[in-house]
Amino acid sequence: MNSLPLEGIRVIDLTISWAGPKVTQCLADMGAEVIKVESIQYVDAQRGRKRVPPGMCHYPDKEPGKRPWNRYDAANQINRNKLSITLDLTRPQGTQIFKKLVAIADVVVDSFSPRVMAKFGLDYDALKAIKHDIIAMSMPAFGMSGPYRDYISWGNMLECLVGLASARGYPDSEPFMYHAYSDPICGLTGAFALQLALHHRENTGEGQFIDLAQLEAFTPLSAELIFDYEMNERIHTPMGNRHSYMAPHSVYRCRGEDDWIAIAVSSDHEWQGLTEALGRPDWAADVKFANSLGRSQHQDELDGLIQVWASSQDKYEAMHRLQAAGVPAGALLSEKEQFENPHLKERGIFEKITHPDAGTHFYPGTTWKLSKTPGHIRLPAPLLGEHNELVLGKLLGLSNEEIAGLKTDRIIGDEPVDGADS
Amino acid sequence: MVLSDVKVLDLTHYIAGPFCTKYLADYGSDVIKIEKTGAGDGARHLGPFPGDNPHPEKSGLFLFLNTNKRSITLNLKSPIGTSIVKRLAQDADILVENFRPGVMAGLGLDYETLSKINPHIVYTSISNFGQNGPYRGYKTTELVSQALGGVSLTCGVADREPVRLAGPQSQFHAGLVAAVATMSAFLLARKTGAGQQVDVSIMEAEINIHELDMMSYPYSGEHHMKRNGSFVGNYPWSIYPCQDGLVAVCLNNRQWRRIGDWLGMPELSQNPDYATPAQRLAHMDELEAILVPWLAQRTTSEVTASAQQARIPVLPVNSIKETLEDRHFQARNYFINIDHPLAGRYKYPGLPFKIAPAAENAPRPAPALGQHNHDIYYGELGYSKEELVYFNQTGVI
Repeated sequence: MNSLPLEGIRVIDLTISWAGPKVTQCLADMGAEVIKVESIQYVDAQRGRKRVPPGMCHYPDKEPGKRPWNRYDAANQINRNKLSITLDLTRPQGTQIFKKLVAIADVVVDSFSPRVMAKFGLDYDALKAIKHDIIAMSMPAFGMSGPYRDYISWGNMLECLVGLASARGYPDSEPFMYHAYSDPICGLTGAFALQLALHHRENTGEGQFIDLAQLEAFTPLSAELIFDYEMNERIHTPMGNRHSYMAPHSVYRCRGEDDWIAIAVSSDHEWQGLTEALGRPDWAADVKFANSLGRSQHQDELDGLIQVWASSQDKYEAMHRLQAAGVPAGALLSEKEQFENPHLKERGIFEKITHPDAGTHFYPGTTWKLSKTPGHIRLPAPLLGEHNELVLGKLLGLSNEEIAGLKTDRIIGDEPVDGADS
Repeated sequence: MVLSDVKVLDLTHYIAGPFCTKYLADYGSDVIKIEKTGAGDGARHLGPFPGDNPHPEKSGLFLFLNTNKRSITLNLKSPIGTSIVKRLAQDADILVENFRPGVMAGLGLDYETLSKINPHIVYTSISNFGQNGPYRGYKTTELVSQALGGVSLTCGVADREPVRLAGPQSQFHAGLVAAVATMSAFLLARKTGAGQQVDVSIMEAEINIHELDMMSYPYSGEHHMKRNGSFVGNYPWSIYPCQDGLVAVCLNNRQWRRIGDWLGMPELSQNPDYATPAQRLAHMDELEAILVPWLAQRTTSEVTASAQQARIPVLPVNSIKETLEDRHFQARNYFINIDHPLAGRYKYPGLPFKIAPAAENAPRPAPALGQHNHDIYYGELGYSKEELVYFNQTGVI
């Protein structure tokens, strides 16, 4: 068994929500020791709420159980392979322990708004004074400077800011909110950034501070829109599932409840393939569909024809048949269908893990494969404060009495105080 | 720059692969992009183009994805072509390719072969569905990747058809996954001397987009994410019209308790009927009757400023024009101007984060097709001028 790429790297993880925890999930999957520093006074929304009525789909069998914060689906997915301790960083006892941890760490990462780390007395200068080669990264939505520095936002709002939300949706209705796919993008970008900083430290012995504005890490994904505006002053408006030159290019309803297939024809050759797969030599012979311009111009008619065919089809059979004819086509998969998908199963994407409070379930594992050192879910997500004794006792050498005192003072703990959830 | 000691052999084309190597190049790696003779990278033929006039050196997408790289042309189907790749692979740290699975092996350029020449090479393959599995040979486009990746079905309004995300999101996403994974393998290779293969699938990269939401299925047998437009179990959580444009308004409970300060209606946040998301959703009609007209009478900038003042997350829904003109980007010098000898000068999205040591030189525009043939074949690999002429005549370069 080869050692994992980031084995021996210790990461102190103050991140909350999704983008930041995605950074440390990537690093943990690649072998870093990630110590998530949580707080019983302010619990990450990804752990859900302290008291919840039964019936919510986020809990195993819809039962929140006695400790709902350890049974919430999002936390248990994003925090696998990490350790959890709790510290109240608003009190000196908490920050003192945090500083001891910094002294033996390689990386400190947070996703608070810029004022928070300074308020704790834990800005980069303070961290550097403790460990000269520390690598620190803050990843607030808007970065550490600029007029929006202290603005608050949610990840899904970044899609609105960078012009992508107003270019997505139905041509005949107002834009709507989608969820925060900027978060995984910024999380991956952050994991890339920290690995560059580790490389620099390896080369030079120097640490550094990285200011990662999530807005800026996400903006490259608008590149097409940006250049089309600069080059042609064109502002993209929603075009549903259509494409500027591919046709047909849409989703079609299939047999079954909310079953759909996406079909995208990018060449005349693929168009011929489609007509063969559907047994429609008449379409193939129709000159108005012969090239992409014609197909684009007659797209309404074309979509209608394909829809009539699709209505009686099973979406998987339709996909396989079109693919066999060389046509890009894919069933729209639900979450259930992804877990059950034969391709993803053969690829070994989902791993069965037993979590002490949540039970045994499949989880999506590392979404890339390294041939010699594949990432796996080695540890289930930690319970809140699960590793207080391990980290404070074994790693920092605090005595049992000291740890007991910290518990009494609620500097540490394993249960949120009342009102700790947002 | 931070990666200036890293050499990358770039056999990628279109979007996902070039996005991965763009980040390696923008942070200082020497990226040698091998393009096919004649047409070059297919992205050269995708728009946008200035004036909508296609030109292989003026594609906005290509210009963006290939900054700071060097381009050579090479016919990989010729024996001399593959022998040149092998020579270049000898001292590369990283090779990235995004051909269909099996193509590199067919050329005799698979990992097994190249790792014998260079055991420390990290060999990253990006493909639509991964290097194995029943969909391995399937074709895709952005629309199809979002469908199979599980994104499409959740995006849209109830009772309507699912809609795709704007732009080639799944391909960018996969490029980024590849950059992260490649760096991990590279750090290990620097430490141990042993490279390895990295296998990235665009379909699987899409799982990152909904990995949290999808867990409700194994946990409870239910789907959390549905096509329900804006409101995902919370209120307010939507896009609203103002006098001059749209704003996004999303509040959790803590922020709801401050909404009275923002709207000047303290009774609103104190009303126990509105305390939880479920209660607010149940009273959505009466709350909309308050919020919608209040927003409609104001401008997006007034609304944004007053909400942020009250520490409530409200932000404008920008068109791309507004994004490019945004004062926050300007204050942080985010966008950078790059001159290209043929395409001209444009504003490019800048680095996604700044890291020391900073660049000493201005960023270089995307290369012209084969721009560095002479530098690399003659200057660095030591082929003679006669050999270069021969390569040209026989279509090798």
